[in-house]
Amino acid sequence: MTVETRAEPPFLAETTPDDDLGHADRRRRTVTWIAGLGLGLVVSLLLAVGIGAVAVSPANVARIILHHVTGVPEQVTWSAAEESIVWRVRLPRVLLAAVVGAALAVSGVVLQAMVRNMLADPYLLGVTSGASTGAAGAILFGFGAGLGENALSASAFAGALGASIVVFVVARAGGRITSLRLLMAGVAVGYALYAATSFLIFASDSAEGARSVLFWLLGSLGLARWSVAFVTVVVISAAAIGLFTLWGRQLDALAIGDDTARTLGVPATALRVRLLVVVSLCVGAVVAAAGGIGFVGLVIPHIARRFVGAVHRRVIPVAALIGAIFLVWADVVARVALQPQELPIGIITALVGAPFLLILVRRFHAFSG
Amino acid sequence: MIRADDVSFAYGDVDVVSRVALTADAGRIVGLIGPNGSGKTTMLRTLYAALEPRTGTVQVDDEPVASMKPRELALRMAVVAQEGDTELPLTAADVVLLGRAPHLSTFARHTREDFRIAAESLTRVGARHLADRAFGRLSGGEKQRVLIARALAQRARHLLLDEPTNHLDIRYQHEILQLVRELEVTTVVVLHDLNLAARYCDELILLDSGRVAAAGPPDVVLRAEVLEPVYQIGVQRVETEDGFQLLFSPAFVAAGSNGNRKEERTRTGSTT
Repeated sequence: MTVETRAEPPFLAETTPDDDLGHADRRRRTVTWIAGLGLGLVVSLLLAVGIGAVAVSPANVARIILHHVTGVPEQVTWSAAEESIVWRVRLPRVLLAAVVGAALAVSGVVLQAMVRNMLADPYLLGVTSGASTGAAGAILFGFGAGLGENALSASAFAGALGASIVVFVVARAGGRITSLRLLMAGVAVGYALYAATSFLIFASDSAEGARSVLFWLLGSLGLARWSVAFVTVVVISAAAIGLFTLWGRQLDALAIGDDTARTLGVPATALRVRLLVVVSLCVGAVVAAAGGIGFVGLVIPHIARRFVGAVHRRVIPVAALIGAIFLVWADVVARVALQPQELPIGIITALVGAPFLLILVRRFHAFSG
Repeated sequence: MIRADDVSFAYGDVDVVSRVALTADAGRIVGLIGPNGSGKTTMLRTLYAALEPRTGTVQVDDEPVASMKPRELALRMAVVAQEGDTELPLTAADVVLLGRAPHLSTFARHTREDFRIAAESLTRVGARHLADRAFGRLSGGEKQRVLIARALAQRARHLLLDEPTNHLDIRYQHEILQLVRELEVTTVVVLHDLNLAARYCDELILLDSGRVAAAGPPDVVLRAEVLEPVYQIGVQRVETEDGFQLLFSPAFVAAGSNGNRKEERTRTGSTT
């Protein structure tokens, strides 16, 4: 075929330096960010596990964890109470916080690109509302009681997936899934399910139950244990972060436009379907495990972009790390602020996130002026 | 080579393109011209398979585009379309580098060669200084040049452009089209400015209400008796040293050849 053997166009001679636009430079900077944030996350985890009603030193935290994972410090130099607190209670909780934070941040990044709206967040697709309805059903009416201690998570997960399937089908009706249609379907389904949840609360007339539904709606990591649900969230979130990073270039193209994506070799519609499936699973698992934690998925992506630019291959890992660190500390505040009472974590994230968003809005306007 | 046979397209019941044929031979520049709403952009979108024609086929190098994977098509054909507003703060350099995407598998990272090609392309369109600016905040003309740079970075042998001179000042209108000429790739370009079409295209296709009103070399298509009934405006052709220039005046009197024209247009024509 003559097409391939043709000489390169003459203008592309070796006249500019190798990395004239500084792409390689930015790549190096991103690696530095990732390394720094990774270290920050490890330190945060060790500190956060130590903080609480009973304080445990970070050194002991590290020893206990290493002892359990690798068996290396064979000699036990800590008390049984410390071991139980660190290993059974706090570590799963703090790890869950990190995973949930990372998953929410990354889902926010993806959804913002997918619907081309910087105010999109993971709960846009009606996923939380679905999970809430499922959770309310489990708490108030014993949905899925046969599943024992996993009943709440399972019921919430089922609700989340059900909601995203409905959104998906509605958005798809009549052809291609467009950004606008997705947004509208998400909002409509969200409101309908919100009404359903309210109705369940109203119909149950159990004050105690209503309170725990409310607590759950605002998010809590208090349910974290080493359990099937825990493993599910970790596996799904890790897979999602990996896939999104791999699809980063395609996300860049999709964020510009469907036609642009297609002409750059990205099957826009197929990609959107793939993204939706992964995001729904990921957010569904997260909401099932930790309730509706707002603002993480909305605000963290913007912070990550400030650090490393908008290219998704760089934003996604960085957003994951920032989200993880943020939620670990938000959970610490939720645990200790009103000790021995525990605050719903959604209150903390909203308190921090809302002012932050306001600052972003101001800056955004200053630029686009 | 890009070849479209008997292409029709409709949005719902409204025919936008009817039975259009187009052939762009290797290395030639074919211009699509016509009034607003005559189906130029729709026709172009069928060429890069963004729209599936109701009838007819589109082929690139004798392969139907309908059966090509998006990436295969992207390796052969670069497109500069009227799209690309994003709130995402991608820089111009990021956008140009996206032109390399079709050359990379999902798992591959950009190589130094990709970076170099992107930089060359941006320099080539005179937009090197825009590299670190957010693409969404560039002016219309700056965006246009960055998108053309992206198409260059794609290094395809076919190029489709939808009004690439939109938003550009006169100097850049000519520079961009000269650049397209120098590339020696097979090109289909939608143009509004008929004088630019005259100067830079090898062949023109004049669309009117989705049908081909005239086709052939600029010298044949750009004649007063062809253009006046389509555009409903007075056309005067002035021969110059290096070709000809068209002059326009609103004083067109319907020449009686527009029996099948929309009523609305006839009214406009007769009142002027």
